[in-house]
Amino acid sequence: MSGRRQERPAPPAARAKAVVDALSEKGLVPKDFLEMVRERASEAWSPKNGARVVARAWVDPEYRKRLLTDGTEACAELGYAGPQGEYIVVLEDTPALHNVIVCTQCSCTAWPVLGLPPDWYKSPEYRARVVREPRRVLHEMGLDLPEGVAIRVWDTTAETRYMVLPLRPSGTEGWSEERLAGIVTRDAMIGVALVTTESNRGPAD
Amino acid sequence: MDGIHDLGGMSGFGPVEVERGEPVFHERWEAIAFALNALGIAVLTKYNADEYRHAVERMDPAHYLAATYYERVLTGVATLLVEKGVVSRDDLERRAGGPFPLARPVAENPTVEQRPQPSARFAVGSTVLVRDVHPRGHTRVPRYVRGKRGRVVHVAPRFSFPDAAAHGLGHRAEHTYHVEFRAKDLWADADDGTVVVDLWDGYLEPA
Repeated sequence: MSGRRQERPAPPAARAKAVVDALSEKGLVPKDFLEMVRERASEAWSPKNGARVVARAWVDPEYRKRLLTDGTEACAELGYAGPQGEYIVVLEDTPALHNVIVCTQCSCTAWPVLGLPPDWYKSPEYRARVVREPRRVLHEMGLDLPEGVAIRVWDTTAETRYMVLPLRPSGTEGWSEERLAGIVTRDAMIGVALVTTESNRGPAD
Repeated sequence: MDGIHDLGGMSGFGPVEVERGEPVFHERWEAIAFALNALGIAVLTKYNADEYRHAVERMDPAHYLAATYYERVLTGVATLLVEKGVVSRDDLERRAGGPFPLARPVAENPTVEQRPQPSARFAVGSTVLVRDVHPRGHTRVPRYVRGKRGRVVHVAPRFSFPDAAAHGLGHRAEHTYHVEFRAKDLWADADDGTVVVDLWDGYLEPA
């Protein structure tokens, strides 16, 4: 960066505080607003919501049909709607087709069902590479797909927000919807992992 | 703009690093940066989401790549608040106790000829050609599909046209299409398989 910017920038925490203080002094920050947004982002928008959607679709064929026809409406049925969920399209994995989501230009995701995206999803590495060499990127991330499985990568370049409906793993026959939801991970709903009977959400996933 | 943000298909990047059990926010200021953007768009209504995206795209490329995601958010928000006259850069730097890097200004001629398409010209199965134009301002067409042919697999509702909305050209809405491209038509060395890109009607031509 040029000219007066030779000096090291102030730490981002100090810069964020400067903006808050400057706006607050002008009376432009409603009481508790920033905290309210932080709470919604940390708690209300969660991949646990998407996991419930997937589990419902696995056990209820009519719901599955509705979900694949109108994702927005079917997610709203379970109470999941809001910003970045205005138009949700659900992508169905089959034994012959695997779907993967990316946002190459920024980092768009369906917040109400996937939560805010993780750092790797926002990284230049993922955004640059997954459209061009998805098989290799998935391999590096621990997912090896059989040669016969086609990969379709979805770039979130407009207002549609995507969610992958992964394959239900074998060995889960007779499982309750709640138990099924417990093995559906955010990574599987983005398409960089499969759901297995062993897959478990991490503490903050 | 043909900017650093338009990363799809670029070479030279290494492995994707995954943090297990990653928290939503690593530090408190990240949540504040995120919330400030919600404030700017939804409460203060000083700018819209397209202007915000463009402000991030206008960051110095070296800063863009070096910054974390939430530093980019913070830079975009502060840039717009300064440009809209809500706060001054000097005031922010004084309060922050050091330099506050902002994004570069909007290009002088940010748009190319826009052809509004209020009604859907294409349907599922249509073959389309992506216009090969390179506006210096905001656009949502990734470079990697410009001039390429694809097939419409889904017609989405009408949404605000970003190239206009980011530059104060007024609200206009048009359909977007999920257009599927053979990856090998985009890069000869690509994997087999396809890439689907969500494109506004005005970005496309019949093919």
